[in-house]
Amino acid sequence: MQTLRFITCGSVDDGKSTLIGRLLYETKKVFEDQLTALAAESRVHGTQGERLDFALLVDGLAAEREQGITIDVAYRYFATEKRRFIVADTPGHEQYTRNMATAASTADVAILLIDARKGVLVQTRRHSRIARLLGVRHIVLAVNKMDLVDWSEARFKDIEADYARFAEPLGIQSITAIPIAAIDGTNIVERGHAEALWYKGPSLIEWLETIPVGDDQLAKPFAMPVQWVNRPNPDFRGFSGRLASGSVSIGDAVRVAPSGVGSHVRRIINGMADTNKAVAGQSVTLVLDDEIDVSRGDVFVGETQTITPADQFEANLVWMSDKPLQAGRAYIIQLHRISAGVTVSRIKYRVAINTEEHLAAETLALNEIGVVNLSLDRLVPYAAYDENRMLGGFILVDRITNETLAAGTIRHALKRTDNLHWQALDITKKARAALKHQKAFCLWLTGLSGSGKSTIANLVEKNLHAEGRHTYILDGDNIRQGLNRDLGFKESDRVENIRRVAEVAKLMVDAGLIVIVSFISPYREERDMARRLFEEGEFVEVFVDTPLDLCEQRDVKGLYAKARKGDLKNFTGIDSPYEPPHAPDIHIKTESMTAINSAEYIVEQLLPKA
Amino acid sequence: MIEITEHLDMLEAESIEILREVAFAASKPVMMYSIGKDSSVMLRLAQKAFYPGPIPFPLLHIDTGWKFPEMIAFRDQMQREIGFDLITYTNPRGAAEGINPISHGSAVHTDVMKTEALRQALDAHGFDHVIGGARRDEEKSRAKERIFSFRAPGHRWDPKAQRPELWTQYNTRIKPGESIRVFPISNWTEADIWAYIAREQIPIVPLYYAAPRPVVERSGQLIMVADERLPLLRDEVPVMRYVRFRTLGCYPLTAAVESDATTLDQIIHEVLGATQSERQGRIIDHDGAGSMERKKQEGYF
Repeated sequence: MQTLRFITCGSVDDGKSTLIGRLLYETKKVFEDQLTALAAESRVHGTQGERLDFALLVDGLAAEREQGITIDVAYRYFATEKRRFIVADTPGHEQYTRNMATAASTADVAILLIDARKGVLVQTRRHSRIARLLGVRHIVLAVNKMDLVDWSEARFKDIEADYARFAEPLGIQSITAIPIAAIDGTNIVERGHAEALWYKGPSLIEWLETIPVGDDQLAKPFAMPVQWVNRPNPDFRGFSGRLASGSVSIGDAVRVAPSGVGSHVRRIINGMADTNKAVAGQSVTLVLDDEIDVSRGDVFVGETQTITPADQFEANLVWMSDKPLQAGRAYIIQLHRISAGVTVSRIKYRVAINTEEHLAAETLALNEIGVVNLSLDRLVPYAAYDENRMLGGFILVDRITNETLAAGTIRHALKRTDNLHWQALDITKKARAALKHQKAFCLWLTGLSGSGKSTIANLVEKNLHAEGRHTYILDGDNIRQGLNRDLGFKESDRVENIRRVAEVAKLMVDAGLIVIVSFISPYREERDMARRLFEEGEFVEVFVDTPLDLCEQRDVKGLYAKARKGDLKNFTGIDSPYEPPHAPDIHIKTESMTAINSAEYIVEQLLPKA
Repeated sequence: MIEITEHLDMLEAESIEILREVAFAASKPVMMYSIGKDSSVMLRLAQKAFYPGPIPFPLLHIDTGWKFPEMIAFRDQMQREIGFDLITYTNPRGAAEGINPISHGSAVHTDVMKTEALRQALDAHGFDHVIGGARRDEEKSRAKERIFSFRAPGHRWDPKAQRPELWTQYNTRIKPGESIRVFPISNWTEADIWAYIAREQIPIVPLYYAAPRPVVERSGQLIMVADERLPLLRDEVPVMRYVRFRTLGCYPLTAAVESDATTLDQIIHEVLGATQSERQGRIIDHDGAGSMERKKQEGYF
C-alpha cells in the first residue's frame, strides 16, 4: 500500500484543523476515549456551539486550544482501503509561516483551504508559493464553508478562476478545486449532498486516493550521500547512507564526488543482512572493492555520471528568523550531509507575495521569500532541488546561537566556479615570510571610535619596523577613502567593510607581511569571520578597551558630538551597537596604560612569534 | 523493478537515518529503554543502523521500582542476548522517601520516579542527545513535536519556539547545558509497531499476549495484582481473567484490557479494530487535559 504525505494550509480560520479532525473521524481514527475527551473539551474551548469541535482533536498544545489557533505543525496518520496518509496540519498565522514550510518540505501534495466567504487571501498566496518552492506539485483547492454561501456554484467558480489566475505562473502541475463543508463532512468522503448536486468532481478523499505519489526518484540515476562511515574494526569499512535516487547493485562501478575516485560495490548491507540491490529511499551500508578515501557529505554516483561540485549557487530562500538576513555575514549551510561555511553574496530580489513582483532588497526579514546568490567556503556535490529534494534542499544556521535561520532550495550553480580555477603557486607564504626573516600574521585592533586604535597601531608598527620586521597598516578611515568608499555605515555595509579588509589582510599575510588592522569592527561575528580566514595562530585579536564616556570626552574628531546631535547616523556606541570580544588575545585597558606602554606591551607579546 | 513503497520499509529507512544522524552529531548520546514494544522496535532499529558494528551508545532504563517483574526479567535477557551497554537508574531521593504510586498517587510517583529521575540520570552522565521512543500518534501534544527536539538548559521544552525542521536536515547544534531529545519512530503508528514486530519476529515482554492473570477492577480499569505490594480494598478479591496489556508502564498505573489475543496476528487484528486509544490504559494521561504537554515541558518524554 502506498503512503501519501500531504499538508493542509491556508489562512487562519479557513478550517484546516476542523478538516483534519473530520478526516480522522470519517476514517475511524478517533477512538471512543478520545471522543469522550473531545466532547468535554468542546464544551470548554469549542467554537462550534453544541457541536463537536474537531479542531480540538488536532490542536495539541495548550496555547492552541486556549486561543483557538494552530501554532505548530501536527502530524496525523490515517488510512483508507486504498492508501495510507501522513497529514501535516499547518498554522495559518503569518508569524508561524516557518512551521508551514517545515511541513511542506516532505509533502507530496497540499490541500489549500479557502473560506468561501473570503476567497483568495494573502496567506493563501504565501502558502501556495512556499508549497511550490518546497516541491509540492499538486494542489487541491478546498473551498470550505460552502454551507455559509448557500452552496453557490457561481461563488465557487469565481474563487476557482481567481486562484487559477494567481497560480498559473507558479508552475504547479495540477490544481483541482473541490467545494466542501468540513463542519458537516460534505464532499469530504461522500458526495451527493442535495444542495451540491451541481458538483460532479471527486470527493476530497477520492482525490487523495488517486493523485500520483512521490516524484519518481527511482527512475533517476543512482546517488547516495554518505551519512556515516561505519568502521567498527580494522576488517570492516562501510559507507552508510540513504539513497537519494536510483538504485545500486553488487558489482556496479561507482564514483565518489567531489574527488571523482572510482571503485566497485562489493557488498550491500540492509539492516543485518546482505542484499543484491538497494533502491531510492533505503538506508543501507555499501562496502567497496578498494580502499578509497570517502567521508560524510561525499556523494556516491554511478561511474558514467558526472556530478560537478560547485561553491557558488543561485537559490530560493525563505527567511525564518526574527534577525534579518545580512548579505556578507558568515552562516553555516547544511546541505544533504554537508555542513559548510556560507555567505549570501548577493540578494537578487525579494518576491512580493501578492503581486509576484521582484523587488530589489538589501535584506530578507522574517517570512520573506527571495532569490539569492550563495558563496560556500568549499566545493560541494549537489543537485538542483527540482531534480532531487535530498541533494538540493538546505538550511542556514546561525554560527553563534545555532538557530535555524532559513530554508532554501538550489536553483542552479553559478558558472563562475567552472571558469575560475584556484591557481596553485610554487612559492608559499612560508617561503615569502622566511625571506623577510619573519613569520607573517595579522594583528587585529578592535575598539570604539576614539579608543586609541590608530595611535597604538602606529606605535606598534614603528616598534616592529625598528626590530627589522616588514609591516603594513590597514586603517579604517584610510580604507574607507579608497577601496571601500562605496560603503556606508548601515549594518550590511559594515559587514562588507570588514569582509573586504579581512580578505586584503589575508593576501598581505600570504605575501609574508605582518599586517596591522585598525578597524572599529563592532560585530563579533565579522571578527570571527576574519579569524577563520587565517591559519591557527596567524590572527591576533587586540581589544583596545576604552569606556564609551572616555572616548566621548576625548572626541578627537568631533564625531561623538555630531552623533549626539543626530547629524551622524549609525554611530558605533551611540545608535549602533559595539560587541566587545569575549576572549581577546590581548586586552589593552587604556585607562590604566598609556599608548606608548600599550604598544610596547603588544610588541613584547608578539616578538617571540614574529 | 523493486520499489520502496512498502510502508514499513519507508519507516525503517527513515528511523535508521535518524539514528545514524545522532551517532554522528552527539558527543554523548544515550537511548532510553523502557522495555516496552516501542523500545523493542527501537533496539532492533539501532542494531540495524550500525551493523556489523555494535550500537554506539548505551541504553538507559529509568527503574521506578514498580515495573512488572516480567519486564525486568525480559530486559536482562535482552541485554545478555544482544550485549548492549545498559545503565539503570532509580531516583535515590524517591527511593529513600519510599515514593510509590499507591500511597502518593500517580502524579507524584510519575513526577519523582520518572521525570525527576530522568533529569537526574541525564545530568549525572551529561548526555547531550537522548533518543526516545515517543510516537506522534500516541497523544496530541506528541503530534506536535519535532524529530530532533531542542531542550534549553534544565531540559525545558518550549513548544512555541521549536526549530523549523525541513526534509531530513536536522539541526543538531547545541551549546553546553542544552540537549536534544530525538524521536526516531515519530511517524510510526501503533499498528505499524505491531506489524514490524511480526515481520521482524522481534521478542517482546510476554505481558503483551493474553493470558489468565489476577486482576481487580477499579474505576472501570483492570489492574493486575502483579505482586503483594498492591493493597486490596475492602471486599476486593482478585479474579483470574484473560487479559493483556497494550502499553507497559508502572504496574498499578497501567491497566490491562480483556483479550483472547495470544498470537501477534491476533494482536494486530485487535489493534486495527480497537475503539479505545492505547493510552487509554495509562492513568497519568488522565490527570487533566494538557497534562502530557505539561509533563513534557518539565522534561518527561
